[in-house]
Amino acid sequence: MKPIVSIQNVTKRYPGVIAVDNVSFDIMPNEFFALLGPSGCGKTTLLRMIAGLETGGEGGILIDGQNMAGVAANKRPVNMVFQSYAVFPHMTVRDNVAYGLKVTGTPASEIGPRVEEALQMVQMGPMADRKPDQLSGGQRQRVALARALVKRPKVLLLDEPLSALDAKLREHMQLELARLQQAIGITFIIVTHDQDEALSMADRIAVMEKGQVKQIAGPEELYEKPKSRFVADFIGKINLIDAEVSGAAKSGLNCSAKGLGNVTVPHDGKASGKVSLAVRPEKLDLLAKAPTSKTNISVRGEIRDVAYYGDVSNVFVSCPDGLELQVNVQNDRAVDGLLEKGKSVWLSWHPEDTLVLTQ
Amino acid sequence: MENWKENRVVFWVTALPGIFWLTVFFLIPLALIWGMSFGEKTSIVDIEITGTFANYARAFKEVYLLIIWKSIWISAIACALCLAIAYPIAFGICFSPPRWRPLLLLLIILPFWINLLIRTYALIAVFRTRGTLNYFLEWLWNLAFMDKLIGPYEPLELLYNNGAVIVGMVYVFMPFMVLPLYATIERLDRSYLEASLDLGASQWTTFWKVTVPLTMPGIVSGVILVFIPMLGMFLVPDLLGGTNAIMIGNVITDQFKAANDWPFGAALSFLLMYVTFLALALRAFIGSRSRGRVGV
Repeated sequence: MKPIVSIQNVTKRYPGVIAVDNVSFDIMPNEFFALLGPSGCGKTTLLRMIAGLETGGEGGILIDGQNMAGVAANKRPVNMVFQSYAVFPHMTVRDNVAYGLKVTGTPASEIGPRVEEALQMVQMGPMADRKPDQLSGGQRQRVALARALVKRPKVLLLDEPLSALDAKLREHMQLELARLQQAIGITFIIVTHDQDEALSMADRIAVMEKGQVKQIAGPEELYEKPKSRFVADFIGKINLIDAEVSGAAKSGLNCSAKGLGNVTVPHDGKASGKVSLAVRPEKLDLLAKAPTSKTNISVRGEIRDVAYYGDVSNVFVSCPDGLELQVNVQNDRAVDGLLEKGKSVWLSWHPEDTLVLTQ
Repeated sequence: MENWKENRVVFWVTALPGIFWLTVFFLIPLALIWGMSFGEKTSIVDIEITGTFANYARAFKEVYLLIIWKSIWISAIACALCLAIAYPIAFGICFSPPRWRPLLLLLIILPFWINLLIRTYALIAVFRTRGTLNYFLEWLWNLAFMDKLIGPYEPLELLYNNGAVIVGMVYVFMPFMVLPLYATIERLDRSYLEASLDLGASQWTTFWKVTVPLTMPGIVSGVILVFIPMLGMFLVPDLLGGTNAIMIGNVITDQFKAANDWPFGAALSFLLMYVTFLALALRAFIGSRSRGRVGV
């Protein structure tokens, strides 16, 4: 299959800083693709370069096989939903949605039905005659969405589309966006700093840091098999344990880890010297007594803090050598009376749940 | 901020100096002039307020109506020119690098630091027959060998006509147009313009369909700020227009000074004020009607 968007060695420099640093990847048709990273990582700049709103970069951007070099923003087959929505305040909802068709000379007989269809799609039909200042944030966002979709772009670009909404509405819109994307079959590229948003909506995610793409993978692979400390730490919560490789073992590595002593962990690549052992908090078991399993990695510690979230608690445990581990526990009967500050506990997990991170 | 009703003492203490100032130096003199417009001269220095409408009747004579009409259209043209020149300037300043903006704004305000009279005389030096502009044009003329082809350069008569008055007024009032425009364009969210481009509109369409409607408040306040003082301007027409380009401001000054006919001058002044009020009322009316569409 031919990629719909192809980013080839794209670099964008600002005075004193490289916003996008030699980035290359392909996005496939009908994909829901997320650019994820902390603020200032270059994800928005890259999106704006695809839209043609940011010029003067190096490298090539191909949309549906066409090189976009020298093609102005108003001639590109992509449309954008802006972070601030940018719904024109001096036009009604209907005029906003019709704007992109009118200015490109679409026949009037075609504009009417297409606008109605787009408004239906985002359930804004009944509000078509309102002005933006009479709409809530969520409604304004639907208008921005309809205004972009009515143009039938090859790619829809979304710049932090949900960041201005409150938590409940954001969750609702995540589902709705994902459903909409499947229904209309357009490629979506979304920029977000919210890992939950990216994980729940996207088919594939590119994690960016300091202008570079650190890893591109599906949500599950990104979470379960992060390739670097940055990605592991950015996506979800994780315990990173300093360790030093002491030698190869049968299908794994022998390491001397801070607070844990000598452990054997599975690893199929090569590694030597200083590494990080990474293990997700939900893979750890919190026990009152020493574990009986001989194969598990286990360590004794003392509860330092408990963060209560209703269904789960996040427990911080101080281990020997100044090692701090966090563990997620379900708030069920098994932990009754266990989650108290200062309590002495055991942590234990399967070696297979440990990742060896070299970068 | 608290409502003034809940903190009367603070309200009156802060408002009193302003109220006093406005009453003594604005409302009372205005009322005196208004009363005077219904008066008659009884001697060289005495005026009796008799309630006559004779001054207004005289003001409605054709010669004065024509001057008022001329003042309106000269001001209108100068105001439109001001807007046409100031808009790109304000736009340019807003889109310049942030550290340049204070300097560029300073350049706009700089002429204020020089007395209006001196600036206007300087314009005379530029525009007169043997002035800077004519010398420059002559130099260009000779540079293009036109003196060999057509004949010697004939200096243009640039002063003492309506054109000179318009140019002078545009020059004087430019900052009053640039500043409100700058304030509005500065606040304009760039993403509206980007959204318009992204939706396929050209720069030209974006300007007329998005930028202008969204900066309408600045355009309106700039026009009001410039048009009204232009209507009553007397210094610039006096110096640059000479006897050929009299505006209503000159007629009014003459009544108070040379002609020593204060009642008639007062009547003309109020007539000018009524015209201004009418224009403002018209703008408010149009504004309220189009608010539904344009959202000024």
